[in-house]
Amino acid sequence: MTDRATVRTEQGLDADGLRDAYRMMRTIREFEERLHTEFATGDIPGFVHLYAGEEASATGVCTNLDGRDSIASTHRGHGHCIAKGVEVKGMMAEIYGKATGTCRGKGGSMHIADLSKGMLGANGIVGGGPPLICGTALAAKIQGTGGVSVAFFGDGASNQGTTLEAMNLAAVWNLPAIFVAENNGYAESTSSNWSVAADNIADRAAGFGMPGVIVDGFDFFAVHEAAGEAIARARAGGGPTLIEVKFTRYYGHFEGDQQTYRADEVAHAREELDCLKRFRARVIETGELTAAELDAIDAEVLQLIEESVTEAKAAPVPTADDLLTDVYITY
Amino acid sequence: MARMISYRDAINEALTLEMERDETVIVMGEDNAGGASAGSPGEEDAWGGVLGVTKGLYGKFPGRVLDTPISESAFVGAAVGAATAGLRPVAELMFIDFMGVCFDQIFNQAAKFRYMFGGKAVTPVVIRTMYGAGLRAAAQHSQVLYPLFTHIPGLKVVVPSSPYEAKGLLIQAIRDNDPVIFCEHKAMYDVQGDVPEGAYAIPFGEANVVRDGDDVTIVALGRMVSVAEEAAKELAANGIEAEIVDPRTTSPLDTETILESVERTGRLVVVDESSPRCSVGRDISAIVAEQSFGALRGPIQVVTPPHTPVPFSDVLEDLYVPSAQDVVNAVKTVADWKR
Ligand SMILES: Cc1ncc(C[n+]2csc(CCOP(=O)(O)OP(=O)(O)O)c2C)c(N)n1
Ligand SMILES: [Mg+2]
Repeated sequence: MTDRATVRTEQGLDADGLRDAYRMMRTIREFEERLHTEFATGDIPGFVHLYAGEEASATGVCTNLDGRDSIASTHRGHGHCIAKGVEVKGMMAEIYGKATGTCRGKGGSMHIADLSKGMLGANGIVGGGPPLICGTALAAKIQGTGGVSVAFFGDGASNQGTTLEAMNLAAVWNLPAIFVAENNGYAESTSSNWSVAADNIADRAAGFGMPGVIVDGFDFFAVHEAAGEAIARARAGGGPTLIEVKFTRYYGHFEGDQQTYRADEVAHAREELDCLKRFRARVIETGELTAAELDAIDAEVLQLIEESVTEAKAAPVPTADDLLTDVYITY
Repeated sequence: MARMISYRDAINEALTLEMERDETVIVMGEDNAGGASAGSPGEEDAWGGVLGVTKGLYGKFPGRVLDTPISESAFVGAAVGAATAGLRPVAELMFIDFMGVCFDQIFNQAAKFRYMFGGKAVTPVVIRTMYGAGLRAAAQHSQVLYPLFTHIPGLKVVVPSSPYEAKGLLIQAIRDNDPVIFCEHKAMYDVQGDVPEGAYAIPFGEANVVRDGDDVTIVALGRMVSVAEEAAKELAANGIEAEIVDPRTTSPLDTETILESVERTGRLVVVDESSPRCSVGRDISAIVAEQSFGALRGPIQVVTPPHTPVPFSDVLEDLYVPSAQDVVNAVKTVADWKR
C-alpha cells in the first residue's frame, strides 16, 4: 500500500477517498445485515457480535491508516477487519467455519485476523487488544517504520485493567499508539452510564497525560478528522491519544440477545443518526459524489456479499488433519 | 418422587437456599443484575449473568447481588478480600478462560493466605466459572482449565457432572471455609436431572460410583461422566462391565475410591476433557500407577482431546472432544492387552 491515505488526511478526502470510505462503510453494513439474517437460519455456528451502526468508527479511523500500521480489535471485530483490508470472502468463509476462511476455520467470528494486513485479530478476551498494540507500536518505533498502532475497544473494555495499564505504558514509552474507545452504551446488558465511573471514558486520558477527545460516532467525518489528527501526531513522535466514539449498536450484544435491558433507541438511531445516511446526504449536498455513484457502490457491495455467502456455504470444511496443524511452528 | 430440574436451575437453587440461610452470602459478577442495576432506559431486567444462572436473585436479595464492571482482577480480588472480612462471596467469572486476567488474585492471594499467614486466615470465597467445549465458541471460550487450579495448593476445585451434584456441591462450596473454584460445564446448563428440593451438601473429596462393574474402572470428570456412561452401555452389550467413578472434586481428590475400584477391576481408563499434558487425567493415572501397580492387568489409558487449542469449526470441535467411541476403544485396548 502507498501513503495515499495519509496524504488525503492532510488535504481532506478527494472523490476517490470518499468513494472508498463509503464503500467500506457500506460493505461493513451489508456484511453485518446479511449475517443477522443468516444467523437466524441456524447455519452459523458459535457467537456472532455485529458491528452494524458503528461503521463510522472503524472506517473513520482506518481511512487514515496505511500498510505500516496495525490495529487490534474486539469480539465485535468484523468492521475493523473489513476497514483494515481483510478479504471479505475469507471472512465470511471463516464465520461459516470453512477451510477457505481467513483462519482456515479454526478461529471463527471472534478471532478473524490477518497479520499481513496489520490486523492483529478480533479478540475473545475483553481488553486483550490494548496491550498488544503497545507492542506493535514499540516495534514500529524501534524499527523506525513510521507505523502507528490502534486499539479499538468497547466501553466495557475501558474498565479492564489491561486497557488502563496499556494506556499508561503507551504514554510513558511515548508510543505511536491510539486508543479508540467505542462507547455504544452497553457491555452486554450493562450500561456504560453505570459501569464507567467518570462522565466520559475520554476524561480518563488526563490521568495518563495524553489528549482525550470525544467524537460523534455516527459522523464519519468527525471520526476521520479526530483520528487523522491523533494519528498524525503519533507518527510525528507526539505519543498516544484516547478517542472516545459514542454511538449505538443496532443489534443485540450477540445474535440471539433479546435486549430487554434497553429501550428501543435503535429505531431513532437508524432513522435519524445513521452514519451511511448522513454520509450520503452530505456528499450529495456538497456535490462531491452523486446519488447514482453511491447507488452503484451499494449494488456492487450487495453483489460481493451475495457471492461471499454463496461461496462460503459451498466451501469445503476442514479435514481431520487440520485439527493437529499449526499448534507450533516446530515441535 | 423424582423432581427433574436443569443444571442451571440446580445451581440457582443452591444459591437461593444458601442466601436465604446465611445473610453473609453475596453474589457478584458481570451482568448479574444487568439492565436492572444499571439505571438503563430499558426495561427492568436482571439478566442473572450471561447464561441466566443467577436469574431471579437480584430481586429476591436486595443489595446482595452486585453487578461488576468488566474488571475481573478487581472484583475477583474484592470477593477474596470480602471473604477475609466476614462475607461469603460467590463471584461469577463468566468463562474460565478469563482467569487469565485475574489469576493473581486467585492463586497468589486467595490460595496462599491460610498457609502463608500461619493458619490465621479464613477465606470462604467461591468462584463460579464455566468451562468446556461444544458450543463452537473457539479457543478463548472453550477451555477446560480445572487442572491449573488443581495444581495450586490452597484451592479446592469442583467439577459437577449432573444437576444433583451441582446443587449439593455448590452448597458445600459456599459453606466451606476454603477458597473454592466451582467449574460448570457450559454445555450442561440445560441437562435435566433428579434433584431433591431442600438443601443438602455433598462433601468434598468423596467420589461417586456412578455405575458398578468388575471388568474396568472408568474415572470420568464433569461432562465426561455422561460420555463414559454412554460408552459403558455399548461395552455392556459386548460383555464388558465398566465401573464408572466420578471424583466430583479434583482437589481434594478421593484416591481411595479410585484405588479400591482399580484393585478390583485391574484396569483403568481416565476420561478427561482437558488438554492432555499435566492434567487431572494424567495425575490420576500416575497415582494409580504408583499405588496399585500390582493390580494392573494392562496399561492405563487416558482419553483426552489432542494437545491443541480448541478449534472453532464444528467439524474440528467434534473431533476434538472425547467421544463415547474413544472411550470404548480405550477400554478395548486395555481389556485386550496381552503381556
Ligand atoms: C476478560 C473478559 N471478560 C468478559 C468477557 C465477556 N464479554 C464479552 S463481550 C462483553 C461486553 C463487552 O462490552 P464492550 O467492551 O462495551 O464492547 P461491545 O460488546 O459493546 O462492543 C463481555 C462482558 C470477555 N470476553 N472477556
Ligand atoms: Mg459497549
